[in-house]
Amino acid sequence: MGTLSRLTPHLKDSLAAGLLAGLLALPMLGFRLVDSAQGLSLDYRFTWVAIAAATVFTGRLILLQAGDAIRRRPSQRSASTQPQAGRPNKLRPILGWLFIAGALVLPWAPLADRNLLDKATLLLIYVMLGWGLNVVVGLAGLLDLGYVAFYAVGAYSYALLSQNFGLSFWICLPLAGLFSASFGMLLGFPVLRLRGDYLAIVTLGFGEIVRVVLLNWQVVTGGPNGVSGIQRPSFFGLPFLATAPGKTTFHEFFGLPFSPDHRIVFLYYLILVLALVTNLFTLRIRRLPIGRAWEALREDETACRSLGIDPTKTKLSAFAIGAMFAGFAGSFFATRQGFISPESFSFLESAIILAIVVLGGLGSQIGIVLSAFLLVGLPEWFRDLQQYRMLAFGGAMVLIMLWRPRGLLSNREPTIRLASAPSRVAQTAEDSV
Amino acid sequence: MASDSLPLLAVEHLTMRFGGLFAVNDLSFTAYQKEITAIIGPNGAGKTTVFNCLTGFYKPSVGRLSLTPPDDGAPHLLERMDGFRIAKVAKVARTFQNIRLFTGMSVLENLMVAQHNKLMRASVYSVAGLLGLRRFRNQERQSLEIAKYWLDKIDLSDQADWSAGNLPYGSQRRLEIARAMCTEPVLLCLDEPAAGLNPRESLQLNDLLLDIRRDQNIGILLIEHDMSVVMNISDHIIVLDHGAMIADGTPVAIRSDPTVIRAYLGAADDEDLPPEVTGDLRPAATSGVR
Repeated sequence: MGTLSRLTPHLKDSLAAGLLAGLLALPMLGFRLVDSAQGLSLDYRFTWVAIAAATVFTGRLILLQAGDAIRRRPSQRSASTQPQAGRPNKLRPILGWLFIAGALVLPWAPLADRNLLDKATLLLIYVMLGWGLNVVVGLAGLLDLGYVAFYAVGAYSYALLSQNFGLSFWICLPLAGLFSASFGMLLGFPVLRLRGDYLAIVTLGFGEIVRVVLLNWQVVTGGPNGVSGIQRPSFFGLPFLATAPGKTTFHEFFGLPFSPDHRIVFLYYLILVLALVTNLFTLRIRRLPIGRAWEALREDETACRSLGIDPTKTKLSAFAIGAMFAGFAGSFFATRQGFISPESFSFLESAIILAIVVLGGLGSQIGIVLSAFLLVGLPEWFRDLQQYRMLAFGGAMVLIMLWRPRGLLSNREPTIRLASAPSRVAQTAEDSV
Repeated sequence: MASDSLPLLAVEHLTMRFGGLFAVNDLSFTAYQKEITAIIGPNGAGKTTVFNCLTGFYKPSVGRLSLTPPDDGAPHLLERMDGFRIAKVAKVARTFQNIRLFTGMSVLENLMVAQHNKLMRASVYSVAGLLGLRRFRNQERQSLEIAKYWLDKIDLSDQADWSAGNLPYGSQRRLEIARAMCTEPVLLCLDEPAAGLNPRESLQLNDLLLDIRRDQNIGILLIEHDMSVVMNISDHIIVLDHGAMIADGTPVAIRSDPTVIRAYLGAADDEDLPPEVTGDLRPAATSGVR
């Protein structure tokens, strides 16, 4: 009885929607001009109109019913999204170790080919960028829409340093991080007083400024032509080449037959290590006073000041550290591609990285891996579907925000626990997902 | 107030102007070590403005706020310091009228964040912390002990790992006081700590504040409307009205001060007041609580 009475308004609503769709479809789908030998003639397609109306009617009905089903649950859900107490989440670290183990053996897996490793490398770049941005957005709560600028600074630092001064990748990597971190500070200073929307706009502007400078400073950056012929990485001095005059190559040194896959595997492991270092660093610094101060600043800046925390230093350090990791990722990007141009550092990249962090659940490291896979990995694999993948991309984002408005994995694990504290409220199964 | 304690905070000619409005007008008073000084007055009298000037959220238009640390160092001139440095260097801690906890963080984390500066120094730009050096680990253990002491004091040890936003209102109030105490202040400014508490919780608060006065070598400055708190625990009461001080004295003296009663009740003549009102400020005060 209850279902029926709820169904009636839904039915009415759906009927109205179907009728409206029919009316709209009538001129658009119902008539068709046919250009034939006898001139123009009108063709009637009322079945099309009927199909459109019926689709909208059933679709609307299903949506309404599904909406009810979802709405009936939030009472339990909202209570459980904030763990009151609790036992440390055991499942999360296990999931993390599984990811790492899987990533380590991936190049040796039977299905792994060059293509797969290339895609996995790309995915890991985004994971690393997501983890880096997570420091700024997830921990310190500073909405940064220009993160790709630091990525660009890192990439160009490596490209230009190695081209003009012949420095090797391993020397350039820390330098690129340092440059990006300085740019982070540079951006940080003027925006210290801004919060939320205003901060987002200024960082957006900063990202564009960097891109426009790269595009127009022809003498140094090569403008729209970019920098090409960037030195490829070597295995600590051993190049990945078939032959190298005057040098021992990687395959000669290890007595292997030459294969171009060596470089692919090396690049894959390189970004894996870089990403894991980023992760380890973030996890550790979260438990240090500076990390707690970032999170406190995100929660309440006024209270922070009343406790003697310097908001300037705290914000700048978050900007600098987030930017540093983007710089590392940028120089890796440059050495992997061998060619960079301002096109690679458009606003869309910033938006994707931010989407990865937000969809993953602000502050959640594994959530970022999952959402990077959803937002970057899946569209790469489904390239064959062409435009539809962007449709699916948008749809997936809407769905995630409907189902998990706080991100895929949104539960925050406290940075310190009182060992003696008994767990009062058992965590629900949902929390441990 | 013939006080045998040493002066801690001297406020001289404090004036805070917002455009043409004098929120605080030429206010001078002294707060003493190991004493609870209450600031009372009708709504809009400028009490919270005084706190905001003291803790650096406002820059006073005129006046000197000098804090003499108990270890007899040079006095800090609060009116010249940045907001966060007042808490860091001069060691003035405060709570807020509308509670400002880090609600997403756990209770214990709230107390650890309050010990930020000490821990930061031990972590040496986070390097010692990242490497997990003993110097940092010892400091962290020590800070944890302080946090545990206060958790025990405010009776929240069992909820230490809860997120602070999930605590009941009264516990949040106590946690905010504990968090302020974790900064190891010399002056604690409490902005309406009893607002929204039930009578039993108010009594607990009285005990907590009296404990702090007894055990810690600090002065407490208290804004409060709840007269059961003010009259029972204050050593010394300052009454503000329209930004100016209208009375200054012991609870007993303030209770029968005609100017104070007039400010609260707006009576034309003191003789018109019924005896139950002149005897106790409570009825007037409760109307002031939100």
